[in-house]
Amino acid sequence: MTGREESPEVLGPQLLGVVVGGSLSQGLEVRLEDGGVVEELKVGTFVTIRGERHRFFGMVTDLGLASADPRLPSALPDTTNPAIVRILSGTSAYATMQVTPSLVVGGEETSLLLEGPQPARSIPFHFSRAYRASQEDVQAVFGAEDERHIWIGSPLDMEDTRVCLDLAEFVKRSNGVFGKSGTGKSFLTRILLAGILQRDVAVNLVFDMHSEYGWEGGSEEGHAVKGLKQLFGSRVAVFSLDEESSRRRGLSPDYLVRIGYDQIEPQDIETLAEMLNLTQNAAQATYKLASRHGQQWLREFLALEGREELAALADQLGEHQQTIESLRRRLDRLNRMAFLVERSPEDSVRRILEYLDRGTHVVLEFGRYGSDLSAYLLVANLLTRRIHDSYVRRKEQSLGDRAKEPRPLVITIEEAHRFLNPQVAGLTIFGTIAREMRKYNVTLLVVDQRPSGIDEEVLSQVGTRITCLLDNERDIEAVLTGASGARELRQVLARLEPKQQALIFGHALPMPVVVRTREYGPRTYAEFGFREQAELAREAEKDLKDLFG
Amino acid sequence: MEAPERLGEVVQASTDRFTAQCYRLYGAPPLGSLVRAGEREPHVYGIVSSVTTSSLDPTRPVVARGASEPTEEAIYRSNPQLERLLRTDFEAMTVGHTQDGTIHQYLAPLPPHIHAFVFRCTPDEVRAFTQRLDFLPLLVGARTPPGDEVLAACLREAASAHDQPTEFLVQAGRKLALLLGGEMQRLNTILRRLPL
Repeated sequence: MTGREESPEVLGPQLLGVVVGGSLSQGLEVRLEDGGVVEELKVGTFVTIRGERHRFFGMVTDLGLASADPRLPSALPDTTNPAIVRILSGTSAYATMQVTPSLVVGGEETSLLLEGPQPARSIPFHFSRAYRASQEDVQAVFGAEDERHIWIGSPLDMEDTRVCLDLAEFVKRSNGVFGKSGTGKSFLTRILLAGILQRDVAVNLVFDMHSEYGWEGGSEEGHAVKGLKQLFGSRVAVFSLDEESSRRRGLSPDYLVRIGYDQIEPQDIETLAEMLNLTQNAAQATYKLASRHGQQWLREFLALEGREELAALADQLGEHQQTIESLRRRLDRLNRMAFLVERSPEDSVRRILEYLDRGTHVVLEFGRYGSDLSAYLLVANLLTRRIHDSYVRRKEQSLGDRAKEPRPLVITIEEAHRFLNPQVAGLTIFGTIAREMRKYNVTLLVVDQRPSGIDEEVLSQVGTRITCLLDNERDIEAVLTGASGARELRQVLARLEPKQQALIFGHALPMPVVVRTREYGPRTYAEFGFREQAELAREAEKDLKDLFG
Repeated sequence: MEAPERLGEVVQASTDRFTAQCYRLYGAPPLGSLVRAGEREPHVYGIVSSVTTSSLDPTRPVVARGASEPTEEAIYRSNPQLERLLRTDFEAMTVGHTQDGTIHQYLAPLPPHIHAFVFRCTPDEVRAFTQRLDFLPLLVGARTPPGDEVLAACLREAASAHDQPTEFLVQAGRKLALLLGGEMQRLNTILRRLPL
């Protein structure tokens, strides 16, 4: 009889089907044993395939229905009869799944025992059996939490299994968190930042546009979630650009950032050209201004009053009067940025560096300026450029003395496409950092909802990409730039749930994976190192008792 | 265990089929039923694929005799010689054989001998033989005109010997569906002939 001769081992992994075709580049086609199982499988489900000599580990990238006879639709059997349906399903009409084999997880090679899962460079033969991956397999691939791995989420349908990210590897390159708004980017970013803090693999500098990472953030449902400062206390310093906003929220920032006009360079203005609606000529004129007036060029320029003065300046610079007038009008916006002062009383950059050097993580809250993109761009770019300069200097000095090497730094920026679009990627410091990778111990964590706006070259340097749902075709395309198996991943990405699900792929993981992201909220703060006041007090009491009886 | 009923003797045999003449007029087994030729091993198994009743002597055609008889039975009562002048033959498609006590569901190396006894298999035998359905390709491949009718009849007959006829038919149907992968129309025709 045709029954189940291959009774799958009771309680063993579930047999899904057999390999019937495919290729390494396009993925394997697996004919499903039982048609009904197709409804339970999901794109992104993990599968192990037992080849003759190796065990392969992969992910379902597509599901399909097929029939042995292409004329099935016109020769429709009596589908109201359950017995006939049973006869035909899995035989004349069957389901298939597409599996991309990513890793070899078991087999005869000794390297597997020594080094763990290896990238798959071969494929299993015809009729190899495909099983739903067991928890042990998934664990073997994605590791367990330890001093360099953090748990980032669970594979679909495997709530008890953890997918871990190799953070030590993660911070060595620039990374991206993508997804349209409301998909959980901020939550993922919090988990990553908290992980970096907990594992102490690098020091964070966060340009916190919406003031949501430092002290407190909001969830989509409207309740507050603790920020880094609340979880990690003195290990995190909150800097602020907007004292008023901080006070309104009842917080006192560790430091108030002020920027002197003398710190702004023509380059900074040029990167804002699009935002400020500057013509190219106007942007170029700033360079002339700077070379003529030195460090105080901007302050002096903004101090000019009346058409005559501007006309005289245009004359001096050999520019059209209109150009200078429009530049003046556009730059007026800077006058409204209260954090810009004539001369900064204290060097904010030095202050930030001091904190970072001590291993204190810095979150710079923008307060009300968060809604002003040009302010965000200006400040982030300006501070980062100088911090990067200092890192480059120190890294070079450390070539002779490793002890002087600066701590690895991860800079988090939001709305990254504004800094890294093809027009300005060459001008902003962020383009440089993304391209030079970890050469100077500085990497980026870019958070963005429009990855298609990011320069392709920069994007291709992004090591690990964590993407929540994206629905714009161009964004999907951009995120997958340079990823192997992009065609298959596209299927996966387009079918993510709008919340709490992410596709993660890149250098910090052995293979692409779809996860239900780990929860970040009241129930899990403790996992990130948070301890309630009451608990701390109890502990102190106990310590006292232990000491003094 | 009930003894198999002896139906007749092989009167013509070839590799893929054999014909048996029945001892009794109209004593043929139903279309599709499983028969066995040979008293001792090697047995050859066949599926009844056609039944013919005709004149014993081909030179003496049968003539109508009932013009003045009130019923059909009355014709036979008035002409008792008919039982001797007519013969019933049935043909079976070979679907397996035994060798050293093992059933093989493919053609036998040699056809049964002429005059080999032909038995109708008991339900136990049918059940044992149809535990596997590896003989179906022989029936599917036989493209003689009533081929699929024989196939459907065979499955109906076999199903009645099983405890769970529907389950048997479903499993057989799945096997057929695989065999007739590209022939949906033909498969449908066969399935419509099964009591599903």
